[in-house]
Amino acid sequence: MAFPHRPDAPELPDFSMLKRLARDQLIYLLEQVTSWKKDLFIEADLMSPLDRIANVSILKRNQHEVDKLYKVENKPALSSSEQLCFLVRPRIKNMRYIASLVNADKVAGRTRKYKVIFSPQKFYACEMVLEEEGIYGDVSCDEWAFSLLPLDVDLLSMELPEFFRDYFLEGDQRWINTVAQALHLLSTLYGPFPNCYGIGRCAKMAYELWRKLEEEEDGETKGRRPEIGHIFLLDRDVDFVTALCSQVVYEGLVDDTFRIKCGSVDFGPEVTSSDKSLKVLLNAEDKVFHEIRNEHFSNVFGFLSQKARNLQAQYDRRRGMDIKQMKNFVSQELKGLKQEHRLLSLHIGACESIMKKKTKQDFQELIKTEHALLEGFNIRESTSYIEEHIDRQVSPIESLRLMCLLSITENGLIPKDYRSLKTQYLQSYGPEHLLTFSNLRRAGLLTEQGPGDTLTAVESKVSKLVTDKAAGKITDAFSSLAKRSNFRAISKKLNLVCGTGMVRGVGGFIPLWSTFLGGNVLERRSWQGLDEVVRLLNCGDFAFTDMTKEDKASSESLRLILVVFLGGCTFSEISALRFLGREKGKREFIFLTTAVTNSARLMEAMSEVKA
Amino acid sequence: MNRTKGDEEEYWNSSKFKAFTFDDEDDELSQLKESKRAVNSLRDFVDDDDDDDLERVSWTGEPVGSISWSIKETAGNSGSTHEGREQLKSRNSFSSYAQLPKPTSAYSLSSFFRGRTRPGSFQSLSDALSDTPAKSYAPELGRPKGEYRDYSNDWSPSDTVRRLRKGKVLIFLKRTLSKEILFRELEVRQIALRHLIHFLKEIGDQKMLLDLFRFLDRTEELALSHYREHLNIQDPDKRKEFLKTCIGLPFSAEDSAHIQDHYTLLERQIIIEANDRHLESAGQTEIFRKHPRKASILNMPLVTTLFYSCFYHYTEAEGTFSSPVNLKKTFKIPDKQYVLTALAARAKLRAWNDVDALFTTKNWLGYTKKRAPIGFHRVVEILHKNNAPVQILQEYVNLVEDVDTKLNLATKFKCHDVVIDSCRDLKDRQQLLAYRSKVDKGSAEEEKIDALLSSSQIRWKN
Repeated sequence: MAFPHRPDAPELPDFSMLKRLARDQLIYLLEQVTSWKKDLFIEADLMSPLDRIANVSILKRNQHEVDKLYKVENKPALSSSEQLCFLVRPRIKNMRYIASLVNADKVAGRTRKYKVIFSPQKFYACEMVLEEEGIYGDVSCDEWAFSLLPLDVDLLSMELPEFFRDYFLEGDQRWINTVAQALHLLSTLYGPFPNCYGIGRCAKMAYELWRKLEEEEDGETKGRRPEIGHIFLLDRDVDFVTALCSQVVYEGLVDDTFRIKCGSVDFGPEVTSSDKSLKVLLNAEDKVFHEIRNEHFSNVFGFLSQKARNLQAQYDRRRGMDIKQMKNFVSQELKGLKQEHRLLSLHIGACESIMKKKTKQDFQELIKTEHALLEGFNIRESTSYIEEHIDRQVSPIESLRLMCLLSITENGLIPKDYRSLKTQYLQSYGPEHLLTFSNLRRAGLLTEQGPGDTLTAVESKVSKLVTDKAAGKITDAFSSLAKRSNFRAISKKLNLVCGTGMVRGVGGFIPLWSTFLGGNVLERRSWQGLDEVVRLLNCGDFAFTDMTKEDKASSESLRLILVVFLGGCTFSEISALRFLGREKGKREFIFLTTAVTNSARLMEAMSEVKA
Repeated sequence: MNRTKGDEEEYWNSSKFKAFTFDDEDDELSQLKESKRAVNSLRDFVDDDDDDDLERVSWTGEPVGSISWSIKETAGNSGSTHEGREQLKSRNSFSSYAQLPKPTSAYSLSSFFRGRTRPGSFQSLSDALSDTPAKSYAPELGRPKGEYRDYSNDWSPSDTVRRLRKGKVLIFLKRTLSKEILFRELEVRQIALRHLIHFLKEIGDQKMLLDLFRFLDRTEELALSHYREHLNIQDPDKRKEFLKTCIGLPFSAEDSAHIQDHYTLLERQIIIEANDRHLESAGQTEIFRKHPRKASILNMPLVTTLFYSCFYHYTEAEGTFSSPVNLKKTFKIPDKQYVLTALAARAKLRAWNDVDALFTTKNWLGYTKKRAPIGFHRVVEILHKNNAPVQILQEYVNLVEDVDTKLNLATKFKCHDVVIDSCRDLKDRQQLLAYRSKVDKGSAEEEKIDALLSSSQIRWKN
């Protein structure tokens, strides 16, 4: 189960370098502020990422002396320092906040120095606001290009959850530049990527922009041996289905239940079985977690109880020991056993808590409905299941998620259903969700079948009767001009809904990425053979491959594949690919995502009323 | 769920795979409990206070020395009343900082950045705008429009696109061009247009955004955008007035009805809230004394409002705004939804007569009949959740039509009589025998079972 110990697995690149780099750059920027003492205001969203690369002692060290730390929030600052430094995301509301502080100082006749450090980059809109507020001359701006946070040995996150909404809903491309810069940084540090692949419009744009950057700064990567052989760029909207399903692997369930934030999770008293909460880092260093993270939840119990028995046995060994052996035991093994004991009881506590919650919300019924939707069975029953969910005011996010799943798998809802579900939703959760529905429609997550789509009922019936090959053709024939998800045809073609898929990710469903990365594209180094699927995904123009001719890549590096998720990926998808790497043997996937996401986060991003 | 057992079976048989079920808890949960016990039993041996190999954690649970921890400290320290504690804390924190490892090579790498910093990248906007002609920011503006319609052309002048992404072009154009020309130019450049719309939303330039939608003739977006503003209005009366202005806007037919409903709902809520707050503070009304309101009803969803009115105003005549029947009629609440909500509210109050009345219908001959649009199995579940007594539960379990579901529910909720009678009706001697072990020894139920088992009247099937 523990992959990195696989003897045949290629060695992972050393990502800790990225942490050092980000930290040193921040220190450099802080040192640029000349005066002796300064107070640092940090945006809430940057605090957790910052915690992962630096700590207070580093910020407060002599040369770049930071006096006090504050959170950026809508409150007047109590700081008495002569210099204020703001570490923020490039957001308008932050600019307004800074402007209010500066202007308050002006009214009070107080002069201070102000510096704004934008992370990961500055947007002109921010400067414009500073200008409009009349403080452009009072503040100096800097950029801290901290865009790659290693959350684990194989996972890099840009910690930009807003990427999803900004690009996939608003159509704003501003983060593409950030992605390209991050890729550029990776290639300067770990050598060029000899083989590039991508699917999706955003993937293509990011790729081309990245290439442009490389050309501009020619020479930096030349002559370096590549460490990572392949890079794969993927757009979130190519596969929404996987992300919308309930997660059933342990790490995914922990995320769905407790929300993993920046690689760590807050386990409440119900998990720690004490009166305090505990913040726990979840990564490969937690030996117990590492072994269960990618497992289907049902396998986790067996594993944990086995582990508990082993631990018991190891403790029991001490009974028959003489003094010398005891001494050895205490000095060498005890510490490890204690650590394991602590982790084990934490994860058992977490499992219990997950079980309790899931039993209460009738998880079994929910999973059954999801399977029915994926398979296209009993659509009426699933619809009334969702309806009941809504009527009983079960979580608004959950109801929304199920509706989206229904819409994507069915190529949109039948108008009658759409109207009645929407009305009931607004009645149950509030009329202002009208705006949420409008967002979901724009993003293509929840749509109504148009007049041209009414044949889908017939089509789906027919496609159930005929062979896989014909199914695709029939769907094609019925395809309307509008962008459609074509889920059913794709699923048939790639055999996504499959019986043995228990461990591979999302229950009995194989994430789309796995089939792309499972061999076809990587072996052939092209999308050939998948033309049909690519077309059904509406990605005809946006599936690309790019290979360098000269083959400097070592066979070691060719076994490393970097997968870049634009718009976020879920832990289930990561698990599925880790599994795939292991199954295919001798391969290792590493991940770069704009943020780790799950169905609830996706829905919240679309929701107009913030909880 | 109206799914019967037979359907379920069919589903699982037809399905190719087996899902993991959380209900089969016997095995796994006991396994888990066992492991927990094992681990817990080790506690005596493992000294729990020994923190040496774990992160140091402050009283809030944040690791000591972490950024979030330190910020909480700052926040705590800024108040002057906590001086004594502050001193104590700062001493603590000082010692913990001292223990943290010193970073190794900060300086050398930071000088590396000094070399990399390009002055150009920090160029300020005003500098950039003053000495560069417009054309180089947006060279595509000089070319024929048609070329830029599709994706590949829309961003082929890649420099423009990059500046566009950073927001530079739009801000420049927005400042220099008159609104009409800007809108006209952007109309044929969809990507740039989406950027402008997002930009306007972000900076909150509602006026220009509405002008833009008006110019583009995107009436529905215009209406939604206007409607969105109500979220920023806190005062209920002002919000209501604002919603009134939304009613005539060009929404889709369907949404128009929703907006109208939103307005009516808030209007009602304001009336109900004023009235009930008065009643509650007067302290004369029993229901408010017994069950004080937890929150105001303002801005709550319709279903919540209905629940509230079923809870506090159930018996009111249809004429009053706060009566459930009035709400049902005004908002055309479906029967199912109404029954579900009323049931939950009345069951919470343990008003079993109301529950009974909810499912009783009279036909034209005056006979009464029990009917539940949501299915009696659901009724039983909701009643059980509200801790209904067994007699009540039993009555509704008996009304469940499907025999298997009935038996399952009865067993689950320990309605012994129903189980016993069902077994008798099914002539299932074996099941009855098995059930005998589940009832209390010497109880009336056991006697009843024994009497049945020894009865010679029944022809058992097994």
